[in-house]
Amino acid sequence: MNTKHFKLLSGNEALAQGAFEAGLKFAGSYPGTPATEILEYLTQFKEVDAQWSVNEKVAFEVALGASFAGVRSLYSSKHVGINVAMDPLMTAAYSGINAGFVIVTADDPGLHSSQNEQDNRLIAKFAKIPLLEPSSPSEAKKFIKLAFEISEQFDTPVLFRMTTRVAHTKENVEIGQRQEIENKPFEKNPQKYVMVPANAYKKHILLEEKLIKLQEYSEKTELNKIEINDKELGFITDSVTYLYVKETYPEASVLKLGMTFPFPDKKIKEFASQVKKIVAAEENEPFIEEHLLQMGIRCTGKHYTYRVGELRPESIKDIVENKPKTQYPGGSRRPVLCPGCPHRAVFVALRKTKVIVSGDIGCYTLGSLPPLAALHTTICMGASVTIFDSLSKVLGNDKVVAVIGDSTFVHSGVTGLINAAYNKAKGLVIILDNGTTAMTGAQPNPSTGVTAKNEQTKRLDLEALCRACGADNVEVIDSSCKSIEEKIKEYTAQNKLSVLIVRYALCKMIDRTKQTVPLFHADKCKKCYMCISVDCPAITKDELGNVKLNYNLCAGCNVCVEMCKFGGLEKNK
Amino acid sequence: MKTVNILFCGTGGQGILTAAEIAGLAAMYDGYHVKKSEVHGMAQRGGSVESHLRFGKEVFSPIIAGGEVDFILAFDKGEHDRMVNLLKKDGIDLFPEFVEADKKITDKKFLNTYMLGILSKHLGLSKESWQKAMKDVFKTKFIEKNFEVFNMANGDVK
Repeated sequence: MNTKHFKLLSGNEALAQGAFEAGLKFAGSYPGTPATEILEYLTQFKEVDAQWSVNEKVAFEVALGASFAGVRSLYSSKHVGINVAMDPLMTAAYSGINAGFVIVTADDPGLHSSQNEQDNRLIAKFAKIPLLEPSSPSEAKKFIKLAFEISEQFDTPVLFRMTTRVAHTKENVEIGQRQEIENKPFEKNPQKYVMVPANAYKKHILLEEKLIKLQEYSEKTELNKIEINDKELGFITDSVTYLYVKETYPEASVLKLGMTFPFPDKKIKEFASQVKKIVAAEENEPFIEEHLLQMGIRCTGKHYTYRVGELRPESIKDIVENKPKTQYPGGSRRPVLCPGCPHRAVFVALRKTKVIVSGDIGCYTLGSLPPLAALHTTICMGASVTIFDSLSKVLGNDKVVAVIGDSTFVHSGVTGLINAAYNKAKGLVIILDNGTTAMTGAQPNPSTGVTAKNEQTKRLDLEALCRACGADNVEVIDSSCKSIEEKIKEYTAQNKLSVLIVRYALCKMIDRTKQTVPLFHADKCKKCYMCISVDCPAITKDELGNVKLNYNLCAGCNVCVEMCKFGGLEKNK
Repeated sequence: MKTVNILFCGTGGQGILTAAEIAGLAAMYDGYHVKKSEVHGMAQRGGSVESHLRFGKEVFSPIIAGGEVDFILAFDKGEHDRMVNLLKKDGIDLFPEFVEADKKITDKKFLNTYMLGILSKHLGLSKESWQKAMKDVFKTKFIEKNFEVFNMANGDVK
């Protein structure tokens, strides 16, 4: 293999490289694991206008607009991000596109870093758009180019599904040249671009016809590939599962689906006629299996327990035998907030006040885990403010607090705050403002004042925004446990709608600079373990029950010092 | 050639993903097909970290099946004990070497490089490829020190 033009790229990087080579000119996304690296990779190219959008709906619409304007365009997000973008997605299937438009969904079977493990293959069928699924980084690069061609040939958005194991696997990937694509002219065409009932009805008729043509394409394309070997056993499979099949049953016959929707029914029948036992091998939902059954093809599907979690190479044997799931040893260590994370002080204060905390999605969701255990609901992006709205009305506004990060607040917390003010909710919303999107690796957002390409831009004024939404009180404080605790008590006692912005000096994801590390006096330690209860990796107890301060890990936030009543921990001045 | 399967495991912040990246690059520079799989997200927050590295003529699965691990590089006892049963019958557990290295290396940020040096003795990849891979990953000012640590481990005779 000539290493000269090869790089070790992740699936996400390979996809982005492929899109770049396909002449991509616009990309919109909101950070989310396992999709984040797609947009991050694209920011290096001057030819691509790559943006972190405010949320996925916005990212989708801006990207669709770029397609309408005549340039090849890409939307990417994690699977649950697609939920936020569903409104434009469903109707974009009707309107179609102008220049090629690809929608990347990065699904997370196994919920490595997500709140659910929804299977977005079903969205292709629901929205009536074609679905492509690479199995590896090199396929991601190859398939994304085809996705743009299919999009333009059939005037449709194309759904492109990655999963964690495709997105975060690295492989030797060949680097190629960019192909420049001429912009397509924008023509005023209300029948296409104005989706009012009369136009949309006609578009729906055309969409059904388009699906038949797409199915014909699906029959012919090499994306759907029959490999006949041993005719006793044949798999119909997609995504990374194909590789698990090849690993464990190298002698078996395989129908590999790279274009999973519309299904290539003729090819499926042809394959089924040649092979004795058919097994549908796929992660999460029985999407392929149900289609085979609908076609009247006798097949073995996976035991229902395998709908939960991701597959592994060794799962395939269980699937062939329809056995229930074999559990793989899970991670023995739970994640914790970084040493020195400024969120820690807020959760120590919240725990002390004993309020009910409606939480949101970000690093601070880790505040739900014991011993902090100071976050009591998490559903989806922005839901802290809206769940708080009702909790405070039913349970009492002195008993409930919402916490939300700056990026999540801008994503969809702000609409909840407008609603809360408009519908006369009272109580306290805390914005944990670390000026970044920390959970996904510190991407900028509007309140950071920097773009995805690291250029200075207008900075969103959170205080002014909250006031404009209708908050009665808006106060900015820094993060020390005592002052936060006092403010929580003060604002929950008032019959007003208050926003407390806890503004941090630095997030450990961006700045690992150490502050002065506290002093530990073992002779004064009474082993009350209040310092341990702040759940910091830098302060632990050994087998003998002695408190140990790890000076290498400690970032010097002094939250543990605030907890110590006996002088065992002392701030080092 | 048979695919080589290496499992790196430990906890966030130990340089495990960096070590796996370097070994993967070295194998690629030696002309092998490489697949490396890990899960991002929780690594920087002290959670469990595992990276699967496979290289050979043609590699299918990005993750190593249980009982197929040729080499396990564990950087933590708890993680070692959790993962060690995935080792092949005649697979090599490098945890004893890690325990020794942990005593020997005072600056813990070079532990991963030292363990790569140990691993390199078993893999037969070229020295040029290892050096090129380390140059890709480490900052220039630390590169000489990393070479030194790597060579020290590589030169150690058991």
